[in-house]
Amino acid sequence: MSTTNTTAADSRSRGKAPAGERVADWADGRLGIYSLAKANMRKIFPDHWSFMLGEICMYSFIIIILTGVYLTLFFHPSMNEVEYHGSYVPMQGQMMSEAFKSTLDISFDVRGGLLIRQIHHWAALIFLAGMFVHMMRVFFTGAFRKPREVNWLFGFLLFALGMFTGFTGYSLPDDLLSGTGVRFTQGAILSVPIVGTYISMFLFGGEFPGDDFVARFYSIHILLLPGIMLGLMVAHLILVFYHKHTQYAGPGKTNQNVVGMPLLPVYMAKAGGFFFLVFGVIALIAGLFTINPIWALGPYRADQVSTGAQPDWYMGFAEGLVRAMPGWEINLWGHTLVLGVFIPLVVFGLVLGIIAVYPFLESWVTGDKREHHILDRPRNAPTRTAFGVAWVTWYMVGLIGGGNDLIATHFHMSINAVTWFVRIAFFAGPVIAFVITKRICLGLQRRDREKVLHGRETGIIKRLPHGEFIEVHEPLSQEQLYTLTAHEQYRPAEIGPEVDENGVKRKVKGSEKLRAKLSKGYFGEEHQIAKPTVEEYKEITSGHGHH
Amino acid sequence: MKKLSARRRHPLAAIVVLLIALAATGGLYAVFAPADKAQADETAQSLAIDEGKKLYAVGCASCHGTGGQGTSDGPSLVGVGAAAVDFQVGTGRMPAQQPGAQVPRKKVIYTQAEIDQLAAYVASLGAGPSVPDEEQYDPAGADIAEGGELFRTNCAQCHNFTGKGGALSEGKYAPTLEDVDPKHIYEAMQTGPQNMPSFPDTTLSEENKKDIIAYLDAVNSDDTVEPGGNALGGLGPVSEGLFAWVFGLGAMIAVAVWVAARTAKAKKS
Repeated sequence: MSTTNTTAADSRSRGKAPAGERVADWADGRLGIYSLAKANMRKIFPDHWSFMLGEICMYSFIIIILTGVYLTLFFHPSMNEVEYHGSYVPMQGQMMSEAFKSTLDISFDVRGGLLIRQIHHWAALIFLAGMFVHMMRVFFTGAFRKPREVNWLFGFLLFALGMFTGFTGYSLPDDLLSGTGVRFTQGAILSVPIVGTYISMFLFGGEFPGDDFVARFYSIHILLLPGIMLGLMVAHLILVFYHKHTQYAGPGKTNQNVVGMPLLPVYMAKAGGFFFLVFGVIALIAGLFTINPIWALGPYRADQVSTGAQPDWYMGFAEGLVRAMPGWEINLWGHTLVLGVFIPLVVFGLVLGIIAVYPFLESWVTGDKREHHILDRPRNAPTRTAFGVAWVTWYMVGLIGGGNDLIATHFHMSINAVTWFVRIAFFAGPVIAFVITKRICLGLQRRDREKVLHGRETGIIKRLPHGEFIEVHEPLSQEQLYTLTAHEQYRPAEIGPEVDENGVKRKVKGSEKLRAKLSKGYFGEEHQIAKPTVEEYKEITSGHGHH
Repeated sequence: MKKLSARRRHPLAAIVVLLIALAATGGLYAVFAPADKAQADETAQSLAIDEGKKLYAVGCASCHGTGGQGTSDGPSLVGVGAAAVDFQVGTGRMPAQQPGAQVPRKKVIYTQAEIDQLAAYVASLGAGPSVPDEEQYDPAGADIAEGGELFRTNCAQCHNFTGKGGALSEGKYAPTLEDVDPKHIYEAMQTGPQNMPSFPDTTLSEENKKDIIAYLDAVNSDDTVEPGGNALGGLGPVSEGLFAWVFGLGAMIAVAVWVAARTAKAKKS
């Protein structure tokens, strides 16, 4: 095809084609970019700020990779003991690992080193925070439904791997803070029954701390985990392209189309500009605010520890679980089972796992096998929204536990009281959040129904001839009416007749009963407010007894 | 002479001789002994103790007992030494405002002269560490790096890496060491106020204490240079995480809303 194009162009102009065209032709003959571009250049994306949360993550990830490459040029992943004679006076003559020394050198003696280090670290915190918010956006709008369950899992894996990539990176400088964190992790590994000690010995090449872990964490941090993450991110994006982007309900927007702007030129320009804005914000923060001042923390030594030793925020809830857990221990036949650490370790997996599998749980309850490209408003899925808020509450309670000492000192409270709050809120918080959120959602549904049927309250008070005061309601526009009533309402699943046509009793499985019960909890009479029907709307707007 | 010898056997002679001898020794002592200075010191000291006792009776006795013996509301002050008084009153912790988990640092209400008097009185109750001289706590010339290592080994587990403070159990806490007078840091190490263990010279030598003071002076004072910009309180990952969420992600979302609001308008055809 390209050959014919070229000859046609040649014959028209009777001269050589412009250089750009020739380069493009050359590339197309080898890479097939014409058909690729044709298929994707006009790809439509909907416009909404919440669809850009994923972009924040992608751009901060790119920034992390670029700055990380620069840092590897100067970082020595070695635990050899050396004496410091660099330019930071309060460390002069101290013995430290080469990893710590090279991080000090990056901070004080490498040109731009401290800024790059701070960009790298701030971007990591923002990357994880961005992924968290992006995941919650997807969750609360129901964007994880078919066909996007796999992409939800990819995203979840990116978040989980991001946590561990962040953790291994935080450990590399071998400073007193991160060393304490590594020790904490080693303790958690040791608490695993039977295999714990073996895994610990394997990971650290012997007893903690040994002199291997920095080099090992280094390969994991710069190669293994980011490699997997990069692959997952590409797959995530390919699936976004393949599935097409979801959109919020509105006039003209259906499950079959995407209403928005084309990738080229609009989104290329927007996304390109947004990248630089994200980079700018991170660089600004990194230029003005200190992060992880390892020079103030000092080199790691197993005999030293400081108060206020916390992991970065994304591991904070795990820290909180351990801090809140009573120090239970079982000693049997000369073996110790440290429940005080092992239970939080299991709960850590549980907290993360439960949000990962939720889409499958919901699709099992609804039994809905159709594709969904129109997003839900959170209020229109009260049980899901309540579940999500309960989960976020759970997570936040863990975070509070992780910072219990700072909360205690800054709000002049007893750390024991904060810890007890966390213990109780760990169980009670999600339940309370669930109930309250569901109530709020139902209230908002009632309000929507009211608005559809009776219009918007204008705030204008009118006095009727006979003295009565009424508030003037203004009917909604057709667009607004459509948007408020576009959602579909499920009916609760029934178990069906328990006897078949011959009167033989059918065996009802327990899972079936559970599903019916859950379905009732999701879509039963008191769990969603029926949206106004056309008849109701017509009856009311026809003007009988209605203001 | 005759008169004298005539009366030397008088019954009162012995008494007269004794009186003369006493007067002579007393007079000679008064003339030759280095009496002037000693006497003046003694008076000043006892005056300070007297004045201190009066201040004590007004400001301290209700909790520590009229003689510093301690009551159910306050510990005995016998043997705590002048350094403890100088620390507790000099940082405003004493007199305490109200009972609680811990007595906080607050406005100092006594003048240094009054504090010295109180210290003199309490020191007179029993031997204890005295107020250090300036050369003992002056950070000039001390080894900052060594002080850092000592601080991380002995102090950081409660006071945080650079002395920003931290929580202890049941509402108690290790206070921040920012802008604490080097003298008071020295005295705190010596006397171990409230929940703090004491570090006598046998544990941390005078030199060590000086190093620690020099380290704190370098990393946690008004003149400390923050190479990375605003240190966000120096509290570690919790404040960093909070900042990343509120300002980092907050700014990102604000930017995203701004970008999304600027949609290309469809061409009118």
